[in-house]
Amino acid sequence: MSDLERGPDAGAGRSEGDADDRADRAVEDAVLEVEALEKRFGGIVAVDGASFAVERGSITGLIGPNGAGKSTTFNCIAGVHRPNGGRVVFDGEEITGEEPHQVANRGLVRTFQIARELPEMTVLENMMLAPKGQRGESLWRSVLPYFREEVLDQERELRERAWETLEFFEIDHLAEEYAKNLSGGQRKLLELARALQTDPEMLMLDEPMAGVNPTLEKKLLEHVHQLREQGYSFLIVEHDMDVIMNNCERVIVMHQGAVLDEGAPAEIKSNEQVIEAYLGGEV
Amino acid sequence: MSGADPDGDPETETAEVPGDEEPDDSEEPSAVIRPEWRSDLLLVAKVVLATYVGFFVVGVLSGAGVNATVGTIQSITFFGAIFALGALALNLHWGYTGMFNIGIAGFMAIGAYTLSIAVASPDGSPAGFGLPIPVGIVLGTIAAGLAGLVLVIPTLRVRADYFAIVTLGFSEIVRLSVQSRSLREIGDTAYGTGGGQGIRATPVDSVVGWLFDQPIVGDVGGVLIVLGETVGIASSVLERGIYTLVLILFVVAFYVLLTRIAHSPFGRVLKAIREDELAAKSLGKRTDRAKIAAFALGCALMGLVGTLWMGSRTHISPDNFMPLITFYVFVALIVGGAGSNTGSVIGGFAFAAFIFEGPRFVRTMVRANLGTDFPRTAHGAFAELGAGDPSALIGYVLYQQADEVRYIVLGVVLIVLMIKRPDGLLGHRKEIAAGVDLSRRGPVADGGRPAVGSDDRAGTESETDDPAATNGGDRDE
Repeated sequence: MSDLERGPDAGAGRSEGDADDRADRAVEDAVLEVEALEKRFGGIVAVDGASFAVERGSITGLIGPNGAGKSTTFNCIAGVHRPNGGRVVFDGEEITGEEPHQVANRGLVRTFQIARELPEMTVLENMMLAPKGQRGESLWRSVLPYFREEVLDQERELRERAWETLEFFEIDHLAEEYAKNLSGGQRKLLELARALQTDPEMLMLDEPMAGVNPTLEKKLLEHVHQLREQGYSFLIVEHDMDVIMNNCERVIVMHQGAVLDEGAPAEIKSNEQVIEAYLGGEV
Repeated sequence: MSGADPDGDPETETAEVPGDEEPDDSEEPSAVIRPEWRSDLLLVAKVVLATYVGFFVVGVLSGAGVNATVGTIQSITFFGAIFALGALALNLHWGYTGMFNIGIAGFMAIGAYTLSIAVASPDGSPAGFGLPIPVGIVLGTIAAGLAGLVLVIPTLRVRADYFAIVTLGFSEIVRLSVQSRSLREIGDTAYGTGGGQGIRATPVDSVVGWLFDQPIVGDVGGVLIVLGETVGIASSVLERGIYTLVLILFVVAFYVLLTRIAHSPFGRVLKAIREDELAAKSLGKRTDRAKIAAFALGCALMGLVGTLWMGSRTHISPDNFMPLITFYVFVALIVGGAGSNTGSVIGGFAFAAFIFEGPRFVRTMVRANLGTDFPRTAHGAFAELGAGDPSALIGYVLYQQADEVRYIVLGVVLIVLMIKRPDGLLGHRKEIAAGVDLSRRGPVADGGRPAVGSDDRAGTESETDDPAATNGGDRDE
């Protein structure tokens, strides 16, 4: 479909050469680095010195058994939790302990395990909310006559972008629906589409395939690959091993709050420790 | 402003049909409602007119008399405007941002007290500053806005229900503070809140007197009063009616301001905060800042409502600001539909007419027909009922207890509403938070699937709406 080829404008101009010769390089150009990250909740140590890096322009998987600290790591990076120790560096700048909106505005945008669509807003409103640098987000500019015109001009531009992205994800027929009326899978698509509207550098997807039917899952993965080709970086937490092994260049395995192993899917698969951690063996 | 609906089709009629939940394509064109001034204005006008006619007919037929009936209608309009203003301000907090503010009376009190202290005579007790009324109104508005600012900053992270408790507590703190003896006269100065006695000041509706002194307006007013007296309407009713007109201008101003906010990116952020604040933050939205701005603005507007309402009395006291006022404004918004500015206006008016003033009007009719000689206690009423005189009980309930009947009506209306129309009269409408109509876009270049239902609309509206005409240009950028 022609929609698919076009994709959103965002990121279209980025270098696409990076993606080609990545294969088995070690992380050279890291877009995200996590060093000795630590997070405690009371007496429980959820993340215990996790360190890893995400290659720019890659799809990186983050796996681990339940309670390995994947989601907490996610939340620490995204600014939902303030880590007790360690560093998070995004695009060469330290973002440790920043607020979620600051992290997002740097170009690191996340989605949620359970889609957090804005239920009583339409799909289009959801999409229009996301873009950065909206002049009309200031109270005065949204109201005063002179500035209002500027705001409306920007709104028209954003409307076009919203529609294009919805077409790319093939949910434009739902544009005027309330987000709450969408199916679980459609909500996941919407969340990804909405995240893209912020014009991010990197996307962190928390279990994007959870509760998504196989057809939609295939479509979602297609989108992810297309976006990767446009230059976006991805960090994906996922339980479905097939998805991770077939789609990621690098895989990070967490266990008991720390990184157990990282590398190409094939290496990971053959790692005894990883197998044991997943199968519940004694480590 | 965009979005004027030129053909003025009765879309509101469609919106009125209950149960249009199903997301069918057939429903879609009418379910999405842009700020359509004409049809919304028409709807408000219809409701108001129907209410007036209803009250007038019932009033005259029941023998309450023209003066009393017109007085009631004046009252309904006055309180309708007041509650519409309050509901509009609350809609910004609760309907849009989801901030559960139940301290409205407190912000009204701050506005009204600031006004009174500013305009009261310097020789009075307590003394005021003798400033002109407009200055006092502006000061009252600013003071309430600042109070909102001071309150919201430390409570930003407080969860919705705790936030409600904080605001309720705040409003009671304000009321008890102005009542307290120690603030009656602050320090050794003559200035203060007057404690339980309150403050005596020139009422803001003395603006009517000023209006009558103006050349043309005064002449027209004079003629109106003469005309009114010939059909039996007291001049005082008409004079109050003129102040009510001033209030209606404020309703229009509030409505325009808040609708602009609602249809802007700022309003979109507010709505997103209501839906899911973490999601909004994760998209890079500065939700704290938006909440502070929205709350302070809403509080300033509530302060303004306080000055316009309570300031029209010659005397204000802490008893005017019981939490009940907050409750009334909430009911007005719930009746109209939270999240809809047009709904807020209609809700305010309907509340004033049928819940707030309705029982008093019934009392007037009872007095006109059955006199005023009713037992003062329930015991007396039942005793006479036992003696075979049912009119005593009717009179006792509808005449002696008219104000209490209000609460019964209130309860019944709320229950019926919760069952039949949980979203209020207009709360179910899709009012899209965007500055432009999102459903229309430029010509589809790649022959891709057009948006559902966008075709027919583009055909009928594009010629009349500038934004649509420029769409093609936008796409090339």
